[in-house]
Amino acid sequence: MTEHETRPIRSSEDVVIVRQLVRAWAIRLGFSLVDQTKIVTAASELARNTVDYGGGGIVRLEALSDGRRIGLRLTFEDKGPGIEDLALALKDGYTSGGGLGLGLGGAKRLSNDFELVSKPGEGTRVSITRWR
Amino acid sequence: MDRIPILRMNEFLLVTIQVDMHDRLAMTLQDDLTEQIVRHRARGVLIDISSLEVVDSFIGRMIGNIAAMSRVLDAETVVVGMRPAVAITLVELGLSLPGVRTALSVDKGMDLLRTSFHGTPNGAS
Ligand SMILES: Nc1ncnc2c1ncn2[C@@H]1O[C@H](COP(=O)(O)OP(=O)(O)O)[C@@H](O)[C@H]1O
Ligand SMILES: [Mg+2]
Repeated sequence: MTEHETRPIRSSEDVVIVRQLVRAWAIRLGFSLVDQTKIVTAASELARNTVDYGGGGIVRLEALSDGRRIGLRLTFEDKGPGIEDLALALKDGYTSGGGLGLGLGGAKRLSNDFELVSKPGEGTRVSITRWR
Repeated sequence: MDRIPILRMNEFLLVTIQVDMHDRLAMTLQDDLTEQIVRHRARGVLIDISSLEVVDSFIGRMIGNIAAMSRVLDAETVVVGMRPAVAITLVELGLSLPGVRTALSVDKGMDLLRTSFHGTPNGAS
């Protein structure tokens, strides 16, 4: 199987495509239905942020193995305005755009590893991994 | 497909979401439903999400908005058929859907609406 794949995310239709792509990868890697649903939901949140706040970007999907476990890592990257205050952005209920403010915090809870890197003026990169 | 069909059954509206909706489609559904509640003086809205494999915060917000909107218009919203994996994921996401009534099936959801409207599940008042 392909060990990695990169897709552009520009529109809300692309968010749907990302959900379907992540689902297909999670199935292929043998994730349970609940785990599939968790990582697809997290991906949906992060893909939407890429469109709504990042002005579009990309997602990279990677199959991982640490010798014991199989994992799926998703990395969302944009060259948008970036995030000034990471702790605030991660806080449940905080939104600058009329959302519910659950996307970043929710994606973190729905994955095993979570990394958020952002520089104001340069862009944002969010990486999540779910292990099987 | 650029619209989700809304069926009318007497005083109730029934929506079956069968596609993975993009965000604009979800917003259109919210607007269409609000408009039809007013036009048909609907007393209840039943949303069947049994085909939905994912409910994220955007769809969750849409469901919450529809419920709030219909309450203001004196109608009730019942969401039916949420898949177990979706329910588990929603909890972890942090979404609690306050004020949204749920039922396991379309039949049970209709019973719930009829009971609150007529006082009995079979529709007789
Ligand atoms: N890719 C991004 N680029 C810039 N800002 C972002 C990005 N992702 C998230 N943010 C900021 O973090 C906030 C919280 O995001 P999130 O938890 O997904 O909630 P919501 O999308 O409902 O606002 C956003 O309102 C936005 O200010
Ligand atoms: Mg978000």
